[in-house]
Amino acid sequence: MMKSLISAAALAAIGLGAASAQTIAVTNGRVVTNSDAGIVESGSVLIRDGVIVAAGANVSIPDGVETVDANGGWITPGIFHPHTQLGLIEVALESSTSDASAPGASFTAAIDVADGFNPAGGHIPDSRRRGITRFAVFPSTGSGVIGGRGALANSSGQPDSIFDDRTFLYVDLSQSGASTAGGSRNAAWAYLRAAFEDARFYPGRFMSHHEGDAINRFDAASLVSAVRGEIPIVLQVERASDIRRALRFAQQHPSARFILAGAAESWMVADEIAAAGIPVIMDPLRNLPASFDVLAARLDAPARLHAAGVQTAYTTISADLYFNPRLITQHAGNAVAHGASWEDAFRAITLTPAEIYGVGDRYGALADGYAGDVVIWDGDPLEVMSAPVAVIIDGVSQSMISRQSRLAERYAERVPDGQYGYRH
Amino acid sequence: MMAGALAGLAALGLAACNGDAGETANGNGASTGNGDGLVRFNPDPYPSTYTPFPSEVVLIQGATVFDGIGGEFENYDVLMQDGRIAGIGEGLEAPDGATIVDGRGRYVTPGVIDIHSHLGVYPSPGVSAHSDGNEITSPVTAEVWAEHGVWPQDPGFDTALAGGVTTLHVLPGSANLFGGRGITLRNVPSRTVQGMKFPDAPYTLKMACGENPKRVYGGQGRAPGSRMGNMAGYREAWQRAVEYRRAWHRYWDAGDADATPPTRNLELDTLMGVLEGEILIQMHCYRADEMALVLDMADEFDYQVTTFHHAVEAYKIGDMLAERDVCAAVWADWGGFKMEAYDSINENLALVHAAGACAMIHSDDQLGIQRLNQEVAKALAAGRRLGIEVSDGEAVAWFTSNPARGLGIFDETGSLEAGKRADVVLWSAHPFSTYAVADHVYIDGALMFDREDPARRTVRDFTLGQPGEGVL
Repeated sequence: MMKSLISAAALAAIGLGAASAQTIAVTNGRVVTNSDAGIVESGSVLIRDGVIVAAGANVSIPDGVETVDANGGWITPGIFHPHTQLGLIEVALESSTSDASAPGASFTAAIDVADGFNPAGGHIPDSRRRGITRFAVFPSTGSGVIGGRGALANSSGQPDSIFDDRTFLYVDLSQSGASTAGGSRNAAWAYLRAAFEDARFYPGRFMSHHEGDAINRFDAASLVSAVRGEIPIVLQVERASDIRRALRFAQQHPSARFILAGAAESWMVADEIAAAGIPVIMDPLRNLPASFDVLAARLDAPARLHAAGVQTAYTTISADLYFNPRLITQHAGNAVAHGASWEDAFRAITLTPAEIYGVGDRYGALADGYAGDVVIWDGDPLEVMSAPVAVIIDGVSQSMISRQSRLAERYAERVPDGQYGYRH
Repeated sequence: MMAGALAGLAALGLAACNGDAGETANGNGASTGNGDGLVRFNPDPYPSTYTPFPSEVVLIQGATVFDGIGGEFENYDVLMQDGRIAGIGEGLEAPDGATIVDGRGRYVTPGVIDIHSHLGVYPSPGVSAHSDGNEITSPVTAEVWAEHGVWPQDPGFDTALAGGVTTLHVLPGSANLFGGRGITLRNVPSRTVQGMKFPDAPYTLKMACGENPKRVYGGQGRAPGSRMGNMAGYREAWQRAVEYRRAWHRYWDAGDADATPPTRNLELDTLMGVLEGEILIQMHCYRADEMALVLDMADEFDYQVTTFHHAVEAYKIGDMLAERDVCAAVWADWGGFKMEAYDSINENLALVHAAGACAMIHSDDQLGIQRLNQEVAKALAAGRRLGIEVSDGEAVAWFTSNPARGLGIFDETGSLEAGKRADVVLWSAHPFSTYAVADHVYIDGALMFDREDPARRTVRDFTLGQPGEGVL
């Protein structure tokens, strides 16, 4: 008896129990579509072979399909976190458990987080249990202001979790980037310009030398796709003046595509950012002059960015990016508390991130042709007391068990001291 | 005004040791007083100069009121008079000249209390010159006092106020086995830290378990370099404190004005205050097994641990905490950042509460302190999903009366009971909603924050003339 319980739980915990994608219907809930259909007060979603085939009020459910009853709860697209280190870090202070950065490495742009990503990362199940189905995985900067290339993953925990690698290039030009560059913003920008030139003239420049002005041959080869705009460059910038500098740099390199991350003071230059058509990834909770980089951080910054027409996604940089990306719904809810519309805030953690990474036709909405990523909630997902009751990824119902949930259950009941070790 | 448990705390230091709660004369740290010619110490050389802001008679009408000690009352009124709670009830009569506040559709709680903050000692901006919260130069620094590092101009006080925080406890950091004394502050603007000091609040002593001390000092090739070294370091210091206390008592009890007094030791003054029961231990410990060892050590040297902070694994030993009358201050969901935080679960707070121990939320964070109501809501919701029945009213205690108890100031604040300080928050919606914001925050009955009134917004010096001036 004990033995079979253990194996069932263990299987569920590592997701081996997942059935292959067939037809699945989610019925009887308040459907947030993120499409022209808007919010449907009572509706359903039908998923076939992992893809949504119908969503809305009048979805006919074929006989005999697996049906998940939302019981009047909320049915939404899965949360898409635009900025995490899930699968890269297990315990931040134990460097042996972290693959987020490599200050001693000799490479920059050539670094690819997909090589270090662990789909079985210990914090992914708890993110999934909290409604996160898709996320961007970011490198940290190591030996230069260019951190490397990020990837997009789902939270299924399966070996094929990464569905898009080498998706974007991460570059830090904020205060921390200045420090990585040797001590000043000036040096950080000089490095980036030189690296750009190295990549623009790759491979010619490297015919006679192995080294470019800033980066080596291998890094330059990797940077080419970013310089050409095949993948976007995520620029970490906070201060309004740095953001203006980034906008100017973008103008000077029309073939490259940019995303601003951090962007604490972006509300001050919201109109310019909107005019440049550059997206922003920012944290709604930062509101203190925590450094001279972010003197003007404020809680209504998201509302101001939305009002100016800036394509804005939210992140959890003030919490952390590997254990607590799951707090992103709370961060979005606080944006609403400080002036953002609910619809804008919810899009900022679902469809907008997908759009920013060029996969907005596939993820972030409940509409025909979108991936079957659906979450059923027991209430408004932006309320801190709400939680998912079911999570579906690519049409497959996911385990709601995590190491944390099992610890809670182990200690929920008082038993004689030594017996804890036998409660699985 | 101070009643009950706090009466004995009027004298916080050594003078109380021989039962003679002596006022000392010159406040210069040591004096001969009481006419017996014996050397005694001034327990309060940096006295509170806190004065409440001017308050009016205020009647909040028709709100949903949480009293902070378990009660939830619909369509209730709260009356504040002379800076104190005059009463709560249904249909209270407005005294002449009372300011009437329409509370319909809104919610009232006691002021939010954070038992674990580093505002002022790790202020914004977090530049190196502002790093005043950790005396990382020796594993035992019980002689340092957080109040000597607090920068009253930290903009974080202003944003915490907007989050409903009326009282906060500022601790020195956790690099050391004994980090130093904490200080309880009123969240009011002041040029000096003395102007923020909670009058007559007991002093506290910060201690730290586990990975921080062993990492900081072990990394320097000094003790402690392990958890064994941590325990050895605490015990060695406690033993010195026992001997120090014995020497002073022997001197005082002898009553011989010509005798040479023991040499004063500022580090041991603080430890002796703990042994006398006058200084409250606030101990940073994550792991259940370590907390159990610390409780044994408290028995060994005969002192009481008031509260374990960051008690990530408190849920594993809720029964032991309840038996020993020790509180746990926890986060809703921080974890994973070091091994001793790896077993963090959202249900921690609710499980500890269910085991009958005194539990509370804490922030340790300048952003988290702004939303302790939401942190409690998350912990409550997680607990309920596990089947733990806790009412909203009980959970409000997790950010009001329980931290007040942990700080030894519950007789003065932490609940909406007649006679207590009128520390009150009027929320725009249920405080467990993400969308709720503090509309009014009262400290001692004075309206310190009004969301609708920019003129009534505290703005610390640092933000004046900066791009972020006056924003929240």
